[in-house]
Amino acid sequence: MAGLLGTSEILPQGTPPVVASGAVKRPSHPWLRALALGVCAVVLLPIVSLAYVALSGSGEDWPHLFRNVLPGASATTLYLLAMVAAATAVTGVATAWMVVAYEFPLRRTLAWALVLPLAVPSYLAAYAFGEFFHFTGPVQGALRAVFGFESFRDYWFPDIRTTPGCAFVLSSVLYPYVYLTTRIVFLMQGRNIADVARTLGARPAKVFWRVLLPVARPAILAGVALVMMETINDIGAAEYLGVHTLTFAVYTTWLNRGSLEGGAQIALLMLVLVFLILFAEQWGRRRQRFHTGRATHMKVYPPRVRLSRTAGPLATLGVSLPVLCGFGIPISVFGQYAWRRMDQFWSPGLADAFFNSLMTATFTAALTVVLALFLLNAVRLTRSQGVTATVRLASVGYALPGGILGLGLLFALARFDNTLDSFARDYFGFSTGLLLTGSAAAVVMACSIRFLALAEGAIRSGLEKLPGHLDEAARSLGKTPAESARVVLLPLLKPAIFTASVLVFVDTIKELSATILLRPFGFTTLATYVYENASRGVPQDGAAAAIVIILTALIPVLLLSGALARDREASL
Amino acid sequence: MKLPTFPLKAACLAALAATAMLPVQAMADGVVNIYTYRQPELIQPVLDAFTAETGIDTQVLFLDKGLEERIAAEGQNSPADLIMTVDIARLTAAKEKGITQALDDAIVNGNLPAEYRDPEGHWFGLTKRGRVVYASKDRVTDTALSYADLADPKWKGRICVRSGQHDYNLALFSAMIEHWGAEKAEEWMTGFKANLARKPDGNDRGQASAIYAGECDIALGNTYYVGLMRTNEKEPAEKDWGNAINVIFPTFENGGTHVNISGAALAKHSPNRDNAVKLLEFLSSHEAQQIYAEKNFEYPVEPGLEPSEIVKSFGKLNADTLPLADIAKHRKAASEMVDRVGLNDGPSS
Repeated sequence: MAGLLGTSEILPQGTPPVVASGAVKRPSHPWLRALALGVCAVVLLPIVSLAYVALSGSGEDWPHLFRNVLPGASATTLYLLAMVAAATAVTGVATAWMVVAYEFPLRRTLAWALVLPLAVPSYLAAYAFGEFFHFTGPVQGALRAVFGFESFRDYWFPDIRTTPGCAFVLSSVLYPYVYLTTRIVFLMQGRNIADVARTLGARPAKVFWRVLLPVARPAILAGVALVMMETINDIGAAEYLGVHTLTFAVYTTWLNRGSLEGGAQIALLMLVLVFLILFAEQWGRRRQRFHTGRATHMKVYPPRVRLSRTAGPLATLGVSLPVLCGFGIPISVFGQYAWRRMDQFWSPGLADAFFNSLMTATFTAALTVVLALFLLNAVRLTRSQGVTATVRLASVGYALPGGILGLGLLFALARFDNTLDSFARDYFGFSTGLLLTGSAAAVVMACSIRFLALAEGAIRSGLEKLPGHLDEAARSLGKTPAESARVVLLPLLKPAIFTASVLVFVDTIKELSATILLRPFGFTTLATYVYENASRGVPQDGAAAAIVIILTALIPVLLLSGALARDREASL
Repeated sequence: MKLPTFPLKAACLAALAATAMLPVQAMADGVVNIYTYRQPELIQPVLDAFTAETGIDTQVLFLDKGLEERIAAEGQNSPADLIMTVDIARLTAAKEKGITQALDDAIVNGNLPAEYRDPEGHWFGLTKRGRVVYASKDRVTDTALSYADLADPKWKGRICVRSGQHDYNLALFSAMIEHWGAEKAEEWMTGFKANLARKPDGNDRGQASAIYAGECDIALGNTYYVGLMRTNEKEPAEKDWGNAINVIFPTFENGGTHVNISGAALAKHSPNRDNAVKLLEFLSSHEAQQIYAEKNFEYPVEPGLEPSEIVKSFGKLNADTLPLADIAKHRKAASEMVDRVGLNDGPSS
């Protein structure tokens, strides 16, 4: 654990320490600090118990891992990360800029449709892409029909079951993170800065490269960091497409070579990679401050550049491509299967799974947002480096594979339950049994811990845009810290809170690995319903549930998209 | 002063969540709690028949990973009564992890042949499946093959297989290590890798579809998938895949084909032990064995009971006589061998 905490030193601090000078004495909030650290301790439980497992290992797996597994798996992982990061950055930024700066047919529709792939879990996308681009799928079928090919030996077609293929699949469903973060910056400030540059005589291309990209850099990096964490923790898509990443190595070491210790050791080493990503993100934000200033109060927006009759439709085509891939392909593949199984939509099993998913996602979103608000406000108020670093550290659970994180939490909860149980038996003569292990509450807890980073990211970027003196003014008028946070900060943070809730809600609906491990008897969610069928080799039979997952995630995504379009001060 | 509505609401929600989400105590009489790696869909018909006959309810928890870890962590408070899984190595792993208990039950022992249960009574095989060759009807004329033949250069560029790290393949490779010794098995795997038509991926059905598409001529797969594909009314494409292939039973030098089992084990701290034993007795009974054979196209372990018509049409399965536990112990070595040979990298490297 020492090593893990040691690395926290590389985490940059969100708030610069303030040197108390002369008469001004800042309250140190000892209780708040203790509570914040306590919450972080709970959030860090899975990682701590994994570290415990890792340290109990003998290291006997490493000769084999070093020689035969890790070189290839690390190279594959880095290659995959680089490709996904580049592809999502280009796609996200380009589409965001197009819909903000230009006018072309269907622009308004595409502006919200670009968020749709967020509703598609990567494991479903991998399957859908695999089928869509397979020899027996529509694309190759059409090629053969058009060119008269007979066998696959007559022509070349790129294989989706490769590392670049996997990068294509993941980028198609993950780019909206970059699109969302970047579009807001372009909407809020880019246009105004750009206009100043334009009036000073700069050409549009130059404005984009010299003015807008630098301004949007923190937002782009924040989006790409989320994308990279999702890529690292992915197992469903990579395994299905035969791409052997570090996460795959974690699972084979644990399950096939019977060494959970070895698996946990690899997983913790992967966290180093995550620290590097977070560090790079912070480094990219250096000397960057969001100044909402007066710019956003401007009620008249300069008109978009109207594209010509030829350029317009081309822009429409280009901007709709990511939507067609990330949303169109999965919905068409699963839609077809579901069409042949319409009766499934009325099955009580599916209704039950839908209800469980909805409840889990709602509770998780509420809990996670409350936790994120509390932790970030604690960082603001205490201005303690220790609290700041611990809060940052607490969010790395996002990058752990869900099954591994779930396992860490399982061990911690079971130990807690059994300790309490034997205590109650010894002193009061009755058994408390397993309180948390195998409960829906454990599932909510796991998802909250997993997705805390998402909520924190959204709310932090909302907070960064607020001048620091707002709640201090309320404090000086005699309000307590809690009151001023409620009266002043909460209303201003509403858009950020909304964004955070939606992101956590959607990811919880899609969550599979931790849920399946921690759930109680008969607790089927939409994701586990799909998986049960997919693991029998018949994902078609889970198609109805897959469609329901996408549609359920779609509703908040659309709300989010609409809110972003209306509210130019929206965060993220 | 106005109440702090948002935090208050959130707190109420959290409290509600906490009370509504406590686990249902599944210790009522007349229940068996099953932790399973087998998908509920596959075991539900048998469980329904059990409930109809005995009035005992079943509760099923399906996991994909970490079943053993969960039971071990839950310890003596674990609600698990019965563990159900495929693959012999997982059954022996459960025993080694100390989460099972021995059972010496006359009915179960009478129903199940000794070679398909643990000598110490910790696990019981309920169904078996062969790991066989799917061969293209159009492009393969061979009618008999040995496992050793699959490394013959005559098959270069013609073989498909799912990931070498999958349970079914690891068990087959383990059997090879037990039969031939590690060195010869590794030689075989190197030759087998060189014969691959593409990088291993997908599942067993995917290999049949690759044969149908012409990507390869033969593939390794489990027997029951052929029955499932050929009778798939919902996805007619799968019927084409299933009908594009013949099943060949490859053999070891002793004339036997590698079989794996699905099975069950009694959990160490089973709170409803009597009911769990009743369920085990039922699962080994003629009635349940017949359901398994007909619905899932698996081979019953009951001696003399015929498999389904489609499975019978493959020919006679002559199961390898190696003790299953001897196969399971090589799992780690087999997994390391797959990495060392680079089987999952495909033929190119």
